[in-house]
Amino acid sequence: MIQLRNVAKWFDTKNGRVQAVDDVSLTIDRGEIFGIIGYSGAGKSTLIRLLNRLESPSSGEIEVAGSELTKLSPKELRGVRKNVSMVFQHFNLLWSRTVAENISFPLELIGVPASERKRRVQELVELVGLAGREDSYPSQLSGGQKQRVGIARALATNPEVLLCDEATSALDPKTTDSILELLVSINKKLGLTIVLITHEMHVIQKICHRVAVMEAGKVVETGQVSDVFQHPEQPITKEFVKQIGAVDDLSLTFEHLKARYPSGQIVKLKFLNETAEQPILSDVLKTHDIGFNIIGGNVTQSQVGALGTLFIQLIGEAREIDRAIASIRSQSVEVEVESDVS
Amino acid sequence: MFPNVDWQIMMEQTWETLYMTLVAGVATFVIGLALGLILYITNESLLLKNRPIYVFVSAIVNVFRSIPFIILIILLIPFTLFLLGTMLGSTAALPALIIGAAPFYARMVELALREVDRGVIEAAESMGATKWQIIYKVLIPEALPAIVSGLTVTIVAIVGYTAMAGVVGGGGLGNLAFLEGFQRSQNDVTFVATVLILIIVFVIQFIGDRLVTKIDKRSA
Repeated sequence: MIQLRNVAKWFDTKNGRVQAVDDVSLTIDRGEIFGIIGYSGAGKSTLIRLLNRLESPSSGEIEVAGSELTKLSPKELRGVRKNVSMVFQHFNLLWSRTVAENISFPLELIGVPASERKRRVQELVELVGLAGREDSYPSQLSGGQKQRVGIARALATNPEVLLCDEATSALDPKTTDSILELLVSINKKLGLTIVLITHEMHVIQKICHRVAVMEAGKVVETGQVSDVFQHPEQPITKEFVKQIGAVDDLSLTFEHLKARYPSGQIVKLKFLNETAEQPILSDVLKTHDIGFNIIGGNVTQSQVGALGTLFIQLIGEAREIDRAIASIRSQSVEVEVESDVS
Repeated sequence: MFPNVDWQIMMEQTWETLYMTLVAGVATFVIGLALGLILYITNESLLLKNRPIYVFVSAIVNVFRSIPFIILIILLIPFTLFLLGTMLGSTAALPALIIGAAPFYARMVELALREVDRGVIEAAESMGATKWQIIYKVLIPEALPAIVSGLTVTIVAIVGYTAMAGVVGGGGLGNLAFLEGFQRSQNDVTFVATVLILIIVFVIQFIGDRLVTKIDKRSA
């Protein structure tokens, strides 16, 4: 659906050249929700704006829904833009228009007749859950409702691709979740390809199938969200994963327990999907002669299922502990012994 | 109560003032809006940024906006004579009124357009809007309250200009106040003419404010 080949974008400023996007190659498949995460200044905003050519690349090729963006005439580009919609952090609604008129706006641009527009607007208002607010003005809506209008407007022309530029970053956590759920449901219902950028790992973990991590203009890591969560490779990815896996700071507890049970072994267990929901640990502990202390843990939900993290201290003979760890591993639960645990 | 006031003449001159204000106001609106749009569009990278055109139009606007109105009228006498064959009467005041007010209004339009959120323009662009569609479907509707309140201020200024034009041969209440009131020391005539001008200004301001309240949807 979307293919970037060695794409670079730089801006020449008074203070010299700024490399916003540096040699990025990516493939995004039809129907997937693809997340791009990075801190501000990582170049993710520029990258997503290249996908509908609000910015033009300095070098490289960008293919979106079968069109090579760099080779389009202005007229062809406008055609592609009807197929690649964008949702914005600050909604960017026209405050002089009502909800219905805002949603109708992209249809007016392409000359859809009024009766047809009215029908389509009604469908969309219902799809995004704003029935009854058609005649309100944006200033009368909450942030979450404004973003629903933004999403409905983006869907008006039946696009194949939806670009979300920090679509939830201006919203509170609860509203963020409801908007994310809306995005998942339209992804499923309409088979829409969604590309979103964010600085919140929570957003990626909750709705994305695949993720790309950006740092200093480069994509430093990509993969299935579950893989990236379980095995983050780059330091920056580990930082983002910590935002979520984040069982608070346990180092004090570690020290305390180590002092009390010097022979104990602290381990971090990582569960995915079914393993998060089975009594693996109690089975293993029953068959081995060891005790344990629970230090901390959590379970989070993602597109591929539950992800669990648990810190425990195993107490007993060193040999017995090693055996127990081996049998936990055999249940496809990942185990990191404490020296790796950070 | 006002021994020297001839109400018949007072009414005629009120209509003259209204005539000049209205005609000059409409022409100023059209020319100022066009100039303001040119200023904004040629200075905005999302639209048709064009430095030479911007600098040129901006310079003309600045020059005409800086000339004191009373001097502008005198400078424009040859032009008015060429255009209308006379420099006396209300119609003869129109070229000076328009040339004086339009650049002033153009700057207000430019400011109004600059207040439009760039994000909204970008959103329209991302939906495949043409530049022309961005201008008439996004920029003008979004800036409309400021465009209208700017017009109110400009028309009030035009009322003031008509009074000045009256002193050097234009018609209207200013002319009456100067010739009949000041030069013949009939203070009651000056007073009544002033009150009428104030009423005109208040009515214009009232209509303008009501209109802005009606079209401004920014606050809930």
